[in-house]
Amino acid sequence: MADVTFDELSAGELPAEAHPTATGISNEKLSMWVFLASDCLLFGGMISTYLVYKNRPGEIEGLAGSDLKVSELFDIPFTSMTSFILLMSSLTMVLSVNAIVRKDVARMRLWLVATSILGGLFLGGQVYEFTEFVNHGLGFTTNVASSAFFGLTGLHGVHVAAGVIMLLVTTGLSFRRRIHPEAVEVVGLYWHFVDIVWVLIFTVVYLIP
Amino acid sequence: MAITEEQRPLELTTGDVAVTQPHPMGVFARPRTSTGWRSWVSTVDHKKIGIMYGVASFVFFLIGGLEALLIRAQLAVPGSDLLSADLYNQLFTMHGVTMVFLVVMPLAAAFANYLIPLQIGARDVAMPRMNALSLWVWLAGAIFFNTSWLLGGGADGGWFNYAPNAGVSFSPGHGIDFYAVGLIIMGIGSTVSAINLTVTVLNMRAPGMTLMKMPVFTWMAFITQVLLVFALPVITVALLLLTFDRLFDASFFDATKGGDPIMWEHLFWIFGHPEVYIMILPAFGIVSEVIPTFARKPIFGYPFMVGSGIAIGFMGWGVWAHHMFASGMGQMSVLAFSLSTMFIAVPTGVKILNWLATLYGGRLRFTTAMLFACGLVGMFTIGGLSGVSHAFAPGDQQQTDTYYIIAHFHYVLFGGAMLGLFAGMYFWWPKIFGHRLGERAGKWHFWLMLVGFNMTFGPMHILGVQGMMRRTWTYTENQGFAVWNLVSTIGAFILAVSILVFIANVALSWRKHRRNPVDVGPDPWDARGIEWMIPSPTPEHNFDETPVIEEFDEFWHRKYGHDERGRAVRIAKTEDIVQKGDATNVHLPSPSYFPLLMALGLPLIGYGLIFNLWWAVPGGVLFVAGVFGWVMEPSTAPEDDLGLGPATPSTDGSEGAAAELPEGEGGDAADASEGEAEQTEAEQTEEAPVG
Repeated sequence: MADVTFDELSAGELPAEAHPTATGISNEKLSMWVFLASDCLLFGGMISTYLVYKNRPGEIEGLAGSDLKVSELFDIPFTSMTSFILLMSSLTMVLSVNAIVRKDVARMRLWLVATSILGGLFLGGQVYEFTEFVNHGLGFTTNVASSAFFGLTGLHGVHVAAGVIMLLVTTGLSFRRRIHPEAVEVVGLYWHFVDIVWVLIFTVVYLIP
Repeated sequence: MAITEEQRPLELTTGDVAVTQPHPMGVFARPRTSTGWRSWVSTVDHKKIGIMYGVASFVFFLIGGLEALLIRAQLAVPGSDLLSADLYNQLFTMHGVTMVFLVVMPLAAAFANYLIPLQIGARDVAMPRMNALSLWVWLAGAIFFNTSWLLGGGADGGWFNYAPNAGVSFSPGHGIDFYAVGLIIMGIGSTVSAINLTVTVLNMRAPGMTLMKMPVFTWMAFITQVLLVFALPVITVALLLLTFDRLFDASFFDATKGGDPIMWEHLFWIFGHPEVYIMILPAFGIVSEVIPTFARKPIFGYPFMVGSGIAIGFMGWGVWAHHMFASGMGQMSVLAFSLSTMFIAVPTGVKILNWLATLYGGRLRFTTAMLFACGLVGMFTIGGLSGVSHAFAPGDQQQTDTYYIIAHFHYVLFGGAMLGLFAGMYFWWPKIFGHRLGERAGKWHFWLMLVGFNMTFGPMHILGVQGMMRRTWTYTENQGFAVWNLVSTIGAFILAVSILVFIANVALSWRKHRRNPVDVGPDPWDARGIEWMIPSPTPEHNFDETPVIEEFDEFWHRKYGHDERGRAVRIAKTEDIVQKGDATNVHLPSPSYFPLLMALGLPLIGYGLIFNLWWAVPGGVLFVAGVFGWVMEPSTAPEDDLGLGPATPSTDGSEGAAAELPEGEGGDAADASEGEAEQTEAEQTEEAPVG
């Protein structure tokens, strides 16, 4: 049995378009999946922290700091709207991946920009919400629950912001280079993950009393 | 990552170079040399990165060892005031953090980086530049963490840094800030590395190398990487909360404001217990390679060896609270974690029995590597047994935070992990550097280390049962701790001597090899794995041809068959089946400065967080510039398609005297015309499929 050269390996045994990896998934895509798995635990830790601390102010006697709970200030209709906007951005993300798979670069740019605008709107909503909370006297250091709330939603906001930057950079690069469809798909994986995490955060933090 | 791809036609295999564009960003010339210091700071070669991990972590090993010697010197006699209590607190904290995060983990990463691609028959790791990034980020974080000594003193809360000691009120200096931010930075590096190596093992295996034909070291290192992927974010959360508490006035762990100190304990140990296996599994893997080689038998019960590793990987997540039996978390939790802790001893016991069964009836050769491997089996068993004794919660209530615990985890981490890692050094040294370490000095090293180790940590069992608490700055004469503490201190200095023997061994064998080079050949130990099929030291492109794997222990099966009585008989000469290392036209990923640039930004951000946020600005700019430079730079420079000539049998793997400087860097930086098409990593997967 003879060993094979790398050229033979890539030229002979595999279809031209396939990624010659042991799993059939490209390294980049698999890395993104593994990273997202890791990120789950990051959000898991922050969500657990919030759940442990959310009722502390007001329930424990003699605590230093304010008793104001973040749940008393929630504006559910407003946050539902921004959540809906974020979820819709997943749809536009799918459309942009679909466009580049069909080699339609113009459409891909359109949907990428649309996705980043929706993501930006969500971020704007978060900034507005945070400002309202601070105006009502609930800041990051007001009490342990508010720290946990701002820590968790802030971490998610940072993820969305990083995603928006990735979307815009991808759009910008598409004017100079040929974009590999899988690159858009990998960015899309990240974007959908950030959306799904928001569904979880919105349910656990905002909807469950 | 995979953003764009090249627009011009591929001109790969022909070797014709159509367009060379050495200045993709107009800032750096593309590094092209393969010798000299530039080749090391810009390398993306998993072998050089592995060596750098090893060298850096050995330097930290010496620093951490010095800290340990100071601790032991302070405790040598009762009533000593050699060190102040404050300095003593800093020393044991820095010693612990250094040995865990700056020595054992990166030293295991050194082996994983160097060996995984070789053992699975790959050209390199899945994402070579990411690999460089993880090295530099880890190193930047490690140096950042140690600069705390110069900037107001080290962390002083113990390595697991419980609240409220970790709060500003009890530790007003900056030491714990350096702990939190430094570990976050190192965690970023380790996460990148873990993702990269996970994908490498899943994706880059040679044809025929199914999961159940992978060498045991690769398996154990793979499980380690998966554990890291899931464990690191948990401690990152804990450290972020701690950073918020200390630097931004939050109160996550401040009980007066509703914070919960136990929350830190849970988050820390959910990371911390998998971490224990992260540290020991690579050493288990190394020993599982060394013992079969020197017993001339295949590893006994390979599926059980792998399965018990996987079982440890899973069960390691369900035992964390046994570190917290004394925290008052309730009967049911204590009972559950007590039980699960006893159960996790089972897969570990399976491993020990398998090693013994591999040794049984083998034709044993007690080389230094084999001695260290057997040392692990013995010492780890002692540590494992004292570990099971902590699983009994009532007993643990007495033992917790005493020197008995110190004795236990030094038996598993020094007697286990470090002896295993030394076994790996002696075993793979010829593969990495092209010459063996001295066997005579090696045996001195082993026996001195074994005696010193047992003298240092053995008496701690007794001290612990007598009631000496860990982190005790000093003790009085009438407490009855004096004798065993003195023995322990003498042992620690014997241990230090054994390390000096090791350093002398490295230096002398290197000098001897330089004066009188002896070719050790590809396979100096008559070993079993495919990493021994290629010349020593490993050529830059690893394999001339990708091996096609048919069996576990593929190389052994190519060398030996069986006669009718089942005995091994040689069927091929080693010289005939090893590769020559003379392949040309090999496509390798090109070096890059951008991983280093990105990594340099992170400690600046760290200093900014601690001292003055303005300092974070240049750090952030460096980091972002590194990211964009990276994305815009083709992962493989066009001129590198030519590949390598025959690998010259250089004297060793380190930078030689003849540094070949690259031609004028940055001289014509302006010609990086913007529309020029460039390649990125997306392409790399398609061109260099297995490598």
